[in-house]
Amino acid sequence: MPERTAVIASRVGLHARPAGIFVAAVGELPLEVTIAMAGEPAEDAMDASSILSIMSLGASNGDTVVLRADGEGADEALDSLVKILETDLDAE
Amino acid sequence: MIVQTISGQASTDKAETGRTFAGVGVSPGRIIGSILLMPKAVREPAVGERLAEGTAPEDASAALRTAAKAVQTNLTARSAGASGAGREVLEATALMANDPMLVKAAVKLITNGASAERAIWDAAASVAEMLHNLGGYMAERATDVLDVRGRIVAELRGVPAPGIPYSDTPFILVGEDLAPADTATLDPAKVLALVTSSGGPQSHTAIIARALGLPAVVAAAGVEGLHDGTLVFVDGAAGTILVNPGADEVALAKAWETTTAALAMFDGTGRLKDGHLVPLLSNVGGAKDAVKAAAAGAQGVGLLRTEFCFLERDTEPTIAEQVEAYRGVFDAFPGKKVVVRTLDAGADKPLPFLTDASEPNPALGVRGYRTDFTSPGVLERQLQAIAQAADGTEAQVWVMAPMISTAEEAEHFAGLCTAAGLTTPGVMVEVPSAALTAASILEHVDFVSLGTNDLTQYAMAADRQLGPLADLNTPWQPAVLQLIRLTVAGSRDEGHGKPVGVCGEAAADPALAVVLVGLGVSTLSMTARALSAVAAVLASVTLPEAQQLAALALTAHSATDARRIVREKLPILNTLGL
Repeated sequence: MPERTAVIASRVGLHARPAGIFVAAVGELPLEVTIAMAGEPAEDAMDASSILSIMSLGASNGDTVVLRADGEGADEALDSLVKILETDLDAE
Repeated sequence: MIVQTISGQASTDKAETGRTFAGVGVSPGRIIGSILLMPKAVREPAVGERLAEGTAPEDASAALRTAAKAVQTNLTARSAGASGAGREVLEATALMANDPMLVKAAVKLITNGASAERAIWDAAASVAEMLHNLGGYMAERATDVLDVRGRIVAELRGVPAPGIPYSDTPFILVGEDLAPADTATLDPAKVLALVTSSGGPQSHTAIIARALGLPAVVAAAGVEGLHDGTLVFVDGAAGTILVNPGADEVALAKAWETTTAALAMFDGTGRLKDGHLVPLLSNVGGAKDAVKAAAAGAQGVGLLRTEFCFLERDTEPTIAEQVEAYRGVFDAFPGKKVVVRTLDAGADKPLPFLTDASEPNPALGVRGYRTDFTSPGVLERQLQAIAQAADGTEAQVWVMAPMISTAEEAEHFAGLCTAAGLTTPGVMVEVPSAALTAASILEHVDFVSLGTNDLTQYAMAADRQLGPLADLNTPWQPAVLQLIRLTVAGSRDEGHGKPVGVCGEAAADPALAVVLVGLGVSTLSMTARALSAVAAVLASVTLPEAQQLAALALTAHSATDARRIVREKLPILNTLGL
């Protein structure tokens, strides 16, 4: 299954507005995407389209997360999501 | 009662023409508009409520998904019309409403036989608990999950969603009381006035109304019996509501519009008719507020609430973070006085790293200056940060501690200020004991500032938030005025002419402001919106007149009498509709 790592760039971490933007982007994809903290087993990964799951992940600025998705266009989709996580969304 | 048909309701309201409701006026203004009722909080579905006989779990799950989606659509549509922080809150809650994790958990409970309402109720409770246990920012969001839950249950039942109703046209909001959370969704462009059946002059509704400059009446029993769309006249100074107003009220509302335009500006010097100077300062809660207050002509800051640096955090902010936050305020007032109140946590402002939420009686607990007993160090670091921020700015920085009860505490606080290099220490007078011992307290500090909200609550032993106690909970109470008089007398006894200011809500009431000056208070600090009205009324009296009004208020039989007697002698209030 394709996977990517991303370092959270937003100063407030992955919650509030940055989490909302990320979840909205995942929601537009025709794929199931999961998210986990780096080093956590894949079966504990959370649904990346759930803002509540993302918030409970508690990823702070500088933390590394792993995104996974399967199916057609998964690689491109993951690349675009990594770009979102590695931008300081809170600064905009 | 007339049969509940549409035409029946209309005639009920017609029959109510001329009906009046009396409450407590907490924010002046005269306005006519149609009302919208704030729906009651959603009732919890029975514990263990099962699917109704003959309802398939699949159908109940589908209904839940439809309801969740509808709530999401509604919140998204509302967020498009909101701005700033309110918009962000709505966008985030919209996503939560149809959250896959929340909906999946609820569907699982439905499959096990729970009703759709009970399933979403329990599923959201688990999620809220999980967020709560994460602490800090996440814990704050637990409330949003519960808000969303209420909306979904309302949608499933086909009743109006809880919270502030939404309308394209401006309306007068009628409800029991507003919660702090309602401020995020209260759009001042849509809400013309606030009327509540509960709450007192110090309730959240009153504070929100004054901050937004909306006319408001609280503790108006019976108003919740009116129907949506009823036309009413609200007088936020007199505290009255009139159903289906006539030509007289239309004229009064028109006159108020003219007044507000005329009162829009304060020239930047508070004075009485005879030239006696009364500096008018502003209460601010951060740099943004400070810039607004400076633009409104404030002669300085009489109360900088430093909680803004600390709230929504689960750890203490660093000195560097604090320095940056305070400097933003100091920079807005070069050459002017800025009175910084040190952290006032506890009671209605809990902080996870300082206060104990399990205290049985938080208003009488470890709050304000007292947190230094249980968490020493936080106050000293804050004083260091204030000193660093003051260094290199042109503002005259004064510092004061909240919730001081004894001269000993004042002495200790003054020592901490000196150690941090701060030259003008002071204390708040909010506890009656501090008013009674003002002379001893002022031997140790350079000034005192009366916090009339808490002083009233403690003098009258009446909780600020309780509607039934609204009559007790007003700074017009002669006992509260006596405590203010004693504080001023304490300053005279001490002998160095040390200033006694007022930074509570009392200073924003133009009639009471006259009494305070008559009692010998030297400066008044208030929300920036009140500056022009207070300045206009002060300019209509001389110092001897103010002293005479103060004497009348002090000896009045009741708070109501004190207010009435003083208002009768200030004809300008009626002319201006204040």
